[in-house]
Amino acid sequence: MTHLPDTAILEVNGLAKQFNLHAQGEVVPSCSGVNLAAYPGQLAALTGPTGAGKSSVLKCIYRTYLPGSGTLNFRTADGRVMDLARISEQDMLRLRRSDIGFVTQFLHCVPRRPAEEVVAEPLILRDVEAGEALAQARTLLARLNVPERLWRLPPATFSGGEKQRVNLARGLIAKPRLLLLDEPTASLDKATTGRVIELLQEFKRAGVAMIAIFHDPDLVAALADAEHRLAPPQPLTRKTSALETQ
Amino acid sequence: MNPNYRLPGNDEGYGFGFLDEFAKREIRRVILKAISIPGYQTPYASREMPMGRGFGTGGLQLTLSMIGPEDTLKVIDQGSDDSVNAVNLRKFAELTCPNVATTEHTAEASLIQTRHRVPETALREDQVLNFQVPYPDPLVIVEPSEAKRKIMHGEGDYARLLTKLYEDLVKFDEITISHRYPTRINGHYVIDPSPIPRYDVPKLHQSRALLLFGAGREKKIYAVPPYTDAEPLVFDDVPFRTEDFCTADGQRRACARCGTTDSFLDELNLEDGSKAWQCSDNDYCNHQLARADAGEVTQ
Amino acid sequence: MNPILEVKGLTRIHGTECPACLDLTGPEHDTNLCPACGSIVAAANVSFSLQPGEILGIMGESGSGKSTVVKTLYFDQAPSRGSAVFRDSDHKQELFSLNSAEQRWLRNHRFGMVYQNPNLGLNFGISAGGNIAERLLMNDLNHYGDIRRRAGELLTRTDVMVSRMDESPKQFSGGMQQRVQIAKALATRPPLLLLDEVTTGLDLSVQARILDLILEIQHELGTAMIVVTHDLGVIRLLASRTLVMKYGRVIESGLTDQILEDPQHAYTQQLVASTL
Repeated sequence: MTHLPDTAILEVNGLAKQFNLHAQGEVVPSCSGVNLAAYPGQLAALTGPTGAGKSSVLKCIYRTYLPGSGTLNFRTADGRVMDLARISEQDMLRLRRSDIGFVTQFLHCVPRRPAEEVVAEPLILRDVEAGEALAQARTLLARLNVPERLWRLPPATFSGGEKQRVNLARGLIAKPRLLLLDEPTASLDKATTGRVIELLQEFKRAGVAMIAIFHDPDLVAALADAEHRLAPPQPLTRKTSALETQ
Repeated sequence: MNPNYRLPGNDEGYGFGFLDEFAKREIRRVILKAISIPGYQTPYASREMPMGRGFGTGGLQLTLSMIGPEDTLKVIDQGSDDSVNAVNLRKFAELTCPNVATTEHTAEASLIQTRHRVPETALREDQVLNFQVPYPDPLVIVEPSEAKRKIMHGEGDYARLLTKLYEDLVKFDEITISHRYPTRINGHYVIDPSPIPRYDVPKLHQSRALLLFGAGREKKIYAVPPYTDAEPLVFDDVPFRTEDFCTADGQRRACARCGTTDSFLDELNLEDGSKAWQCSDNDYCNHQLARADAGEVTQ
Repeated sequence: MNPILEVKGLTRIHGTECPACLDLTGPEHDTNLCPACGSIVAAANVSFSLQPGEILGIMGESGSGKSTVVKTLYFDQAPSRGSAVFRDSDHKQELFSLNSAEQRWLRNHRFGMVYQNPNLGLNFGISAGGNIAERLLMNDLNHYGDIRRRAGELLTRTDVMVSRMDESPKQFSGGMQQRVQIAKALATRPPLLLLDEVTTGLDLSVQARILDLILEIQHELGTAMIVVTHDLGVIRLLASRTLVMKYGRVIESGLTDQILEDPQHAYTQQLVASTL
């Protein structure tokens, strides 16, 4: 039975993930024994050494990775609780559109589309009118110090930092209920990082729950309401297959 | 042909109407089926006739299956009773149907066999018009497989035929089909009405007479029953046009012989190089001429 | 929300078929060919569902059965077994139990199909506009002016120069022929569009334009699509969910990003590792 503390939006229990590489005949552990909770208006930071599986945890929540074992109980807007590891693909897609956002380390977006459209897209998927969505996109890009001359260009040719700002804007624009952030400021200068911190603090005030990975301990100190330190995963001796989803 | 030849009327010879009674029975049953399904190409066992295919064997089989001693038969070819084909067919009927009356007057005929024209004189409920048909299927220009054509007819799927009309309009600004204009019968089957000119297509619509179509080589009979809708295929915004026989100034031409301005005209090249226009339907022309001579019509 | 299409147990076997066919073929046996009776198992027990407005990718190499799936859905072939329930507004129909007239109706009115080979999807004997007109005429549009205008709109939308609409597609480049096919498929605003390797064999820049067009159309019209391809890039760009097929079986299915970043099956891992 799916169970969640009354105030949490997500509770991760006993999450473990490994990769079965058939060609190499190897089993590579990714993360194990992960327990954490996310609360509306609070930021939980994932910390730990490289290889501890921090990115994996976020990807398992978002189902870019299939969790190996454990439960990921999520409370939807209408109060139902579902285990993200077991819901159907359709339900997961719906949650990604409306509830759960992910700012990944690298910008994955449709090529050949102007940056402002890339940023506006999450709003358009939520039926916001196109003109309004573009206006909000531009405001956010400006706030993140993306020069206006870049707004109508496809991000493929941008610098790493510019791409990351577009990525952030796209992840932040629709204010999801749960926001996952993987090194969101890694390629940003101090000034822009400051703006991001402001934005995330606004998000907290707006009730957005966040789980974030920061490389910079100062950011953890500034933003985290809870810290989960991950240890490198335990190697498993046998192959386990990913959980079947509906 | 030996004019002294008498048809043996005994058991070893030919019966009335040349075809054996089994053949006539099959054709009459097919005619009934064709009338029941207006516009449907009904297959039948088309007999070998004493003339080659392409000379009206289909129309002839219709006529011979229906004709009786009380009938009066008229045979025309392009509107004329005098052309070689019409004369031959009429003589064949006279030979094989003893005592059957023949006529050139449309109004006197009970049975009319025609090649490529509908008589100008309006027909009555007690008359039957038999058309000689070379190609019964209008879809043959867009689909070579008969099996597929049958399915298209069955489903009323004439989109590819209409596409051909569309392409004509695109290329030539008008539909270029002149004879054999595809016509929809009773709202479903589209027929090839045989090589009658566009001018005659409206005469098929709500006709008082029964219209039968026989294709001997292709072995199909179809019918447009009396008082049935017959609508040429058109687009909503491109109406059906018929030959208007107008000069460059918009004047409707008259027949050089009888003066009428309401019939289909043949264009004739005279010996001196000039052109003349004359009624294609010679019986109609004769009637109009007689009326003009009697002073009934102002020229 | 109810799926627009629900396929269960779709199976297509060429040949006499014997009880051993399914057990002796498939990815574990590395073959489609049944050693007992010589039949070819083109597809076996394929099941999936498709939501309205969703793009589902079917990925596989030659002989995987991916094209067989869409060909049976478009009634180009009949399956040996299986069902496919199509939901159109409130109306539910099991596709393989319809008679051929009903199937043809759906094909002409509610489905669209774009083939890899434009010869299959276009009539080269008539103009590009005529190809679209044919489909509009099947849908009871009978006004020449309206037909012409709508054909022009569709060609413009798919980036085909309207000035060339009266030419035969014979004279078009491969990419333009595909775009005419897309325009033709969309003429009836079908809720379901099937795309079978539509950009395979085209130049990269041409591919990109066509794929972008497909995405735009999907956004505008909310058409549900099944995209069949062997190209990972096409899958990544277009599909939110993906099936991976091999030797007629679905060996893996999932969200596209998961299939690409965390492939489970050995074959999928091999495919994903094979990007140039």
